[in-house]
Amino acid sequence: MDLTLSPKEQAFRDELRAWMEANHPGEEPEGDEAAFEFRTAWQRKCHEDGWAGISWPKEFGGRGATLIEQAIFNEETVRAKAPAQANVLALAMGGPTVITHGSEEQKQRFLDPILSADEIWCQGFSEPDSGSDLASLKTRAVKSNGGWKVTGQKVWTTFAHHAKWCMLVARTDQDAPKHQGLTYFLMDMEQEAVQVRPLVQITGEAEFNELFIEEAEIPDENVVGGVGNGWGVAITTLMHERATLAFGLQVQVKIALAELVQLVRDEGLDDDPVIRQRIGQLVTEAEVLRLNAYRGLTQIMKTGVPGPEGSLGKWHWSDVNQSLTETAMEVRGPEAPVVDGEWTYRFLRARANSIEGGTTEILKNIVAERVLGLPKLR
Amino acid sequence: MNFDFTDDQHAIKRTAKEFLAARYKPERLRELAEAGEYDDAVWAEMAELGWAGIFIDEQHGGQGLGIVELVILMEELGYALAPSPFFANAAAGLVLQGAGTDEQKQRWLPGIASGEGTGTVGVLRDGGAPLVPDADTAAVLVLLDENGGGTVVTGADAEIEPRATIDSTRRFSSVRATGGEPLGSDTEGARAAICTALAAELTGVAQRAMEMAVEYAKDRKQFDRPIGAYQAVSHRCAQMLLEVEGARSTTYYAGWAADNEPESLPLAASMAKAYASDAGWRVTASSLQVHGGIGFTWEHDLHFFLKRAKTDGHLFGGAREHRDRVAGLALRSGAAVGA
Repeated sequence: MDLTLSPKEQAFRDELRAWMEANHPGEEPEGDEAAFEFRTAWQRKCHEDGWAGISWPKEFGGRGATLIEQAIFNEETVRAKAPAQANVLALAMGGPTVITHGSEEQKQRFLDPILSADEIWCQGFSEPDSGSDLASLKTRAVKSNGGWKVTGQKVWTTFAHHAKWCMLVARTDQDAPKHQGLTYFLMDMEQEAVQVRPLVQITGEAEFNELFIEEAEIPDENVVGGVGNGWGVAITTLMHERATLAFGLQVQVKIALAELVQLVRDEGLDDDPVIRQRIGQLVTEAEVLRLNAYRGLTQIMKTGVPGPEGSLGKWHWSDVNQSLTETAMEVRGPEAPVVDGEWTYRFLRARANSIEGGTTEILKNIVAERVLGLPKLR
Repeated sequence: MNFDFTDDQHAIKRTAKEFLAARYKPERLRELAEAGEYDDAVWAEMAELGWAGIFIDEQHGGQGLGIVELVILMEELGYALAPSPFFANAAAGLVLQGAGTDEQKQRWLPGIASGEGTGTVGVLRDGGAPLVPDADTAAVLVLLDENGGGTVVTGADAEIEPRATIDSTRRFSSVRATGGEPLGSDTEGARAAICTALAAELTGVAQRAMEMAVEYAKDRKQFDRPIGAYQAVSHRCAQMLLEVEGARSTTYYAGWAADNEPESLPLAASMAKAYASDAGWRVTASSLQVHGGIGFTWEHDLHFFLKRAKTDGHLFGGAREHRDRVAGLALRSGAAVGA
C-alpha cells in the first residue's frame, strides 16, 4: 500500500501545476456567451500546450496519459480553479467513443476539431419519457436515400445551443427488442430541422436544452459502430471517464468545504456543538470520497474492472454535496435565503446532483444488482 | 499511488480468514458467547502464528510488522466475531511500544508479543476506568488519563470488578488503581492506532452483517418474490455497501498513515473511528431490519454482531467525540480539509 505518488506521477503533477500557474486565465466572465468564449479560448491554449485529450492515445492527438495521470489532471484543474474546457462532453465521451467504435474516416474527420474546440459536441440521449430507461427512447430514424431522417425530441441537452455535433441515439428498428433496435449517430446541429430551446432551471440559469427534431438528415457515414448497435456504443460513451470523474468531484467538495469552514468562523460558530458535528461529518465524508476513489482506481489498474467503490462514488458525492450546501444554509441563519451568488446558488444547484448523470435511485439499483447480486424486480 | 495490500499482506489476510472460519464456526461462537468464555487453545494458536506481537519490534519478541498488518487481523477478527483477548492485548502493546520507557518495554512487550502475559488498556474517567476489556486476566494494565499521559499497573495493584455488557463475545471490567508507574511519553499516536484497530474490527463486523443480509434477501421470499428484489430492501443493502466500503477506506488509510505518515495519523484515526462507529451500528441494525422478526430472536446469530459493533463504537471515544475532534482540527487550521 502506498498512497504517495510515484516519481513519474509526481513529475506529471509538478509539470501540470507549473503550467496551470503560468497560464491561468483568471476569473470567468459573467454571462453564458462570454463564459463559453472564455472556456473555448482556454481549451485552445490547453490544446496548443498538449493538455487536451489527456487520456486519448497519442496517435489521435492526445497525451496518452495513465488513469492516475487523468485523475491528477482532474484534481489539479479543480484545485487551480481553472476553467472547464469548452468541449468537455466530446473530450470525455464523444472522442473516446469514436476512437473505440468509429471508422477510419470518422477518426480523420471528427477528432481534431474536438481537441481544438473548433466543433463543440452535445449529447442527445435523454428524452422526455425516457431518462433512466434509455432503452425506451422513441426518437426514430428512418432510412432514406444515402442516409437517415430523424424525428423526435430530446431533453437535458447540455451545450446544445453551442454545439455543432450531437451524439444522438435513435430507434432504427421498431420491431427489434428494446435494446437492439437502437443506433448511435453523429447529427449535424446546423440544420433547420433541429430546433434548440433552453430550459430554465430552479437556479434561474439555462444550462440545459430541449431539442426538437423534425426530419433531420444524417448521412450513412455518420453512423458509429453499425446500425442496431447503439445500445453498446452508448454504454461505452457513458463508461468513459466514470473512473476518474470522482477525482475532480472530490477536490471540488474539499474546496467548498474549506469555504464552509471559513463561513463557520466568520459567523462565530466555531464552538457550536451541532455545527461542529456537521463539520466533522462532512470532513470525514469528503475524505471517504477521496479514498474510495483511490481504491477504485487501484482496482481498475490491477484487474481492468472497476471495483464496487466506483459504482458508489457519484451517488455518495451527491449526498455529500447536498448535505454540505444545506449545512452552509444552516450556518448563514436568517441570511440564508438572501441571494448571494454563492451559497444560495450552490444550495439550489446541488438539488440536481442526485438526478443528473443517473439518479441516486438508479445507482442504488445498479449497486444492488451488479455488485451485491440481488435479484431484479422485473 | 497504489491503494492495495502487498502480496505478503494478502497472504496474512487469507490465512487469518481461513484460520478463524475453521476455529469459530457459528455453533462454537454461540457456545463461547453464552458461557462468557474464550478458547485458550485458539489464543495459543494465534500467538504461535505470531499474531499477538505482529506490530511489536523484533527486539521485543514481535514480528516487526506494522499497523496495516494489525488492521488486516482486526478486520478478520471482527468478520469472524472472534471471542478473544487479542484486541486488549494489542492495545497494551501499542501504548507500551509507543509511549513506554525502555524499561517498561523490556519488561512487558515480550509477554504481550508471545501472548503469555497479556495486557490491556483502560481510559480513566473520574478516577477509574469504567470499561476495560480483559482486565481480569491481564498481567499488565495501562490506564490512560485525560491529558495524553498514562500509568502502568500490574493486575495485583488494581481493583478489578467484572461488568456485564451487551457484548457477550468479550469480557469487560471496571478498574481502579492507585499508584503505578507513569509512561515515558505522550500517548496520542498509540491512542490513534488503537482507534484504527477498532475501526478495522468494526469494518469486519459490518462486512459480515451485510453479507448475512444480502444472502437472506436473496433467499427469503414474500409475495412470491425474493425480498431483495424490492427496492426498499435492495436500496438498504446498497447503503450498507457504501458504509462498509467507506469504513474500510478510512481505516486502511489510517493504518497506512500510522506506518508511513505519522503526522496524518491523529486526524485519519479519528475520521476512521467516527465513520466506522456509525457504520458498524447502522449496518448491523439495518441487517436486522432486513432479517425481520427472526433477526430479533436470541436464536439468530445476528445480535452478537450488532452488540459487538455497538460496544466497539463506544470504546476509546464514540463517533460524536471523534467527529468533534475532526471538526476542531478543521476549524483550527483548516488542515483537515486538505484541498
